[in-house]
Amino acid sequence: MPDSQQPRERHYGRRGFLLLVAGGASSLAWAGPVASFLSPLTSAGSQLLGNLIPVGGWRIYTISGSMPIFDPASWRLRIDGLVKRPRTLSYDELTALPRAEQVSTFHCVTGWTVKNVHWGGVRFQHLFDLVQPLPAATAVRFVSLEQPYEDSLTLEQLRLPDALLAYRLGGQALSRPHGAPARVVLPEMYGYKGVKWLTRMEFVATQPLGYWEQNGYDQNAWVGHSNGYS
Amino acid sequence: MATPSPRRLQRFGRTERTLHWVHASAFFVLLGSGLCLYLPSLAQLVGRRPLLKDIHVYTALAWLLALALVVLAGDRRRLLQTAREIDVFDDDDLAWLRRRGAPQGRFNAGQKLNAILTAALAFLFTLTGFFLWYGERNHAFRLQNALVVHDWLMYISFFLVLGHLYLSLLHGPTRHSLSAITRGWVREDWALAHHAKWAAAKRREAA
Repeated sequence: MPDSQQPRERHYGRRGFLLLVAGGASSLAWAGPVASFLSPLTSAGSQLLGNLIPVGGWRIYTISGSMPIFDPASWRLRIDGLVKRPRTLSYDELTALPRAEQVSTFHCVTGWTVKNVHWGGVRFQHLFDLVQPLPAATAVRFVSLEQPYEDSLTLEQLRLPDALLAYRLGGQALSRPHGAPARVVLPEMYGYKGVKWLTRMEFVATQPLGYWEQNGYDQNAWVGHSNGYS
Repeated sequence: MATPSPRRLQRFGRTERTLHWVHASAFFVLLGSGLCLYLPSLAQLVGRRPLLKDIHVYTALAWLLALALVVLAGDRRRLLQTAREIDVFDDDDLAWLRRRGAPQGRFNAGQKLNAILTAALAFLFTLTGFFLWYGERNHAFRLQNALVVHDWLMYISFFLVLGHLYLSLLHGPTRHSLSAITRGWVREDWALAHHAKWAAAKRREAA
């Protein structure tokens, strides 16, 4: 070097790069716990930022930007359409039906998963017994209080052993972000099939396209076998 | 022109500029398609999830391929020299980070940090993206946290790019550096003010 005043050189670049890569790659191991540790913070943030930030493994998506409010006194679940005996259930009437419990994994089509979710609710067969679907009925259209969200499942799918009309989550009444008072749960399918803030079940002869299906998502949202997953 | 135009100093070669713009354009396609897959409000607007997913995955592949091609077909010696310059921090760089004003080389310490961080982000995006993509095909590679980390990388790079855009498009004193990454050169008077050591070396070179 010609210049004796040449400043000392440090190879911080490659060191920094390698440290960042190592830290980032190791976060594949610790990101989950850290994310849930930070969730009280991030949940406050997500109130401000909408749906940007996951909370406790869950991301709460709304299509309208605000979540419907459940009022136990006025909420009703209308069950009608192609049935012999249409019914309208209050919250107390719904929860008085035989309760089933299950632990299942929740898959979102955007790629996140929550394992060991403890649901409580009613098997659809009990509701079928109550209203007695007509032979022409093949599917149920689920309508949300959050308009215009709706989706549908076939009667066959609703008879799967872990299909559930859930009103409890983690041992507590379903919270507002999770669809209070009641939501559809079908662990074999992506979450968009599970209508939250449910207000109506209409038995129909042909399965209509739900909210996301009208946007090009698959009608049969089998986990791992639909929506571009293979 | 009546007034003589100031001397121009070559700052970036064709290879460096191509690399930059391949990276930049891929970044914005990936950010856009990624956000449409991730944010319900955008997913609603656009719909067509399988198509967007294809766009995202194939853009990522094209991005990596293009980077490799530019390196293979381009001026590798110059790239290596650039990497070396980014790697090395001298006393002036550290002084500059504490307080602006210390004379800087072709890259100031902030630009070096930006380049290092960008390279690490690119590597980590590729790594987590690979797990996301391959984990769907082979569940042994399905990593619970890959999506969380991919998201975090997105937040970091999003704000990094905002800062980058501010300094290169809006901030008056630094805005002229845009000329280097588009046309390759900067004015000597600007270089003397912002990259004194480099401008001086160029002057010695020319003499």
